[in-house]
Amino acid sequence: MSESNPFVAAWLLIASGDPTLAGIVALSLRVTLSALAISLVIGLPCGAFLAMSRFPGRGLLVIGCNALMGLPPVVAGLAIYLLLSRSGPLGPLGLLFTPSAMVMAQTVLILPIVLSLSRQVVEDLWEEYEEQLRSLGCSGARAIPTLLWDGRFSLITAILAGFGRASAEVGAVLIVGGNIAGHTRTITTAIALETAKGELALALGLGIILLGLTLILNGGAYLMGQYARRSAGQPW
Amino acid sequence: MVSAAEGSSILPLTLRGVGYSVAGRVLLDAVDLEIGPEGRTLILGANGAGKSLLLRLCHGLLQPGAGSIRWSDGPTRAGDPRHAMVFQRPILLRRSARANILHALAMIGLPAAERRQRAEETLARFGLGALAERPARVLSGGEQQRLAMARAWSLKPQVLFLDEPTSALDPAGTRAVEEMIAAFAEGGTKIVMTTHDLAQARRLADEVVFLHQGRLAERTGAAEFFDMPASAPARSFLKGELPW
Ligand SMILES: Nc1ncnc2c1ncn2[C@@H]1O[C@H](COP(=O)(O)OP(=O)(O)OP(=O)(O)O)[C@@H](O)[C@H]1O
Ligand SMILES: [Mg+2]
Repeated sequence: MSESNPFVAAWLLIASGDPTLAGIVALSLRVTLSALAISLVIGLPCGAFLAMSRFPGRGLLVIGCNALMGLPPVVAGLAIYLLLSRSGPLGPLGLLFTPSAMVMAQTVLILPIVLSLSRQVVEDLWEEYEEQLRSLGCSGARAIPTLLWDGRFSLITAILAGFGRASAEVGAVLIVGGNIAGHTRTITTAIALETAKGELALALGLGIILLGLTLILNGGAYLMGQYARRSAGQPW
Repeated sequence: MVSAAEGSSILPLTLRGVGYSVAGRVLLDAVDLEIGPEGRTLILGANGAGKSLLLRLCHGLLQPGAGSIRWSDGPTRAGDPRHAMVFQRPILLRRSARANILHALAMIGLPAAERRQRAEETLARFGLGALAERPARVLSGGEQQRLAMARAWSLKPQVLFLDEPTSALDPAGTRAVEEMIAAFAEGGTKIVMTTHDLAQARRLADEVVFLHQGRLAERTGAAEFFDMPASAPARSFLKGELPW
């Protein structure tokens, strides 16, 4: 990097469409969006189920999920590492230091968020709707799609929170991915590495991109929410 | 058009020794009652007498603590499409008016094409076409109540439980809802409802079930009830006296 001002260098790098940079960004998005998709597929219905059911131990489960929202990423990374390491139970799959391992680690991080927030949203809705839905024969598992759809505006928050946590996270993907150039290097792990090496321009460029992605996603979700809310006449 | 009376009738509804308590408080006690297919049944009584509770029990939303509540072919349960209920405060989904009706029809397992047709028919029947695309929850109270009634109508139930359907409505809204009640009756739906509006009760009732402090005080033909009620609590209720 010949440019002395790292900010200028960062913009030049982004503008040049550097393939290494593009690869890192693409991998980051792929890993985070995969983890988010898996978390939504599991977390939304499970959260809804938890909201509507009453069974012994439910309280503990709710507390557990809430607590897991604050799980330190390095601990999640370590757990997945142990699971996937050669002598671990899933060792034979050979997934350690692959993007799949990073998806797993990030799923562990954002699933509790999606689960807890959707449980909260659905619990409030169910309290309001219960008699009407039961009257219509819409109870148990049949009520879950209805409740998730009617909670759609609030659930966007859960999705954004999950994306935010996964995309900002560095500890877990570093441990299970190994930050291998061209293979498991993500925006956050690259920033950590380049900063340590003193390559501030690259680090800063990546930081700007990450910030930009987050802003675009949040802005898009906000506008979509506003539009949908207006067109659906949301009183809340 | 499917008639509500089609298929074998689930009436009469038979309550035997029905009791309901919460935390040791007896809210309904030893209610014996048979509701037959003829005419409209109005459940009257002071605030807190147990009218809403009785409707919920009959609809199967609550389980009686004592006794049994049975239709002609078995115990009552919520979600049986042959009886519907409209609540004191209408509960509508966060969707358009039309989607609210479509959702209810999906729940009774109607095929999609039929759902759309029945929804349009329902909206048109009650002059709700202009509201079809509007989000249900920004409708006015009266519009919401009519939509909730229309939703129930679209299900073509044999029996409809109505809990104070006009308590929050102005005279025009009340008239609209009473016309809807007549539309149900036309289709052969048995109406079981509560009201605090005595003039309305006189207009609509064929028979009156009077509850007093969680007990069945009397059950009389409407003309007789308003003329000369048999029980003391009903007499003072009609005179507008405090019932104690
Ligand atoms: N889930 C409950 N827990 C405790 N008490 C209840 C419950 N549901 C109803 N009650 C009580 O039961 C009594 C009867 O209630 P209900 O709602 O049936 O009265 P109501 O006749 O419909 O009165 P209103 O005319 O005011 O609507 C009231 O005293 C009420 O406080
Ligand atoms: Mg009531």
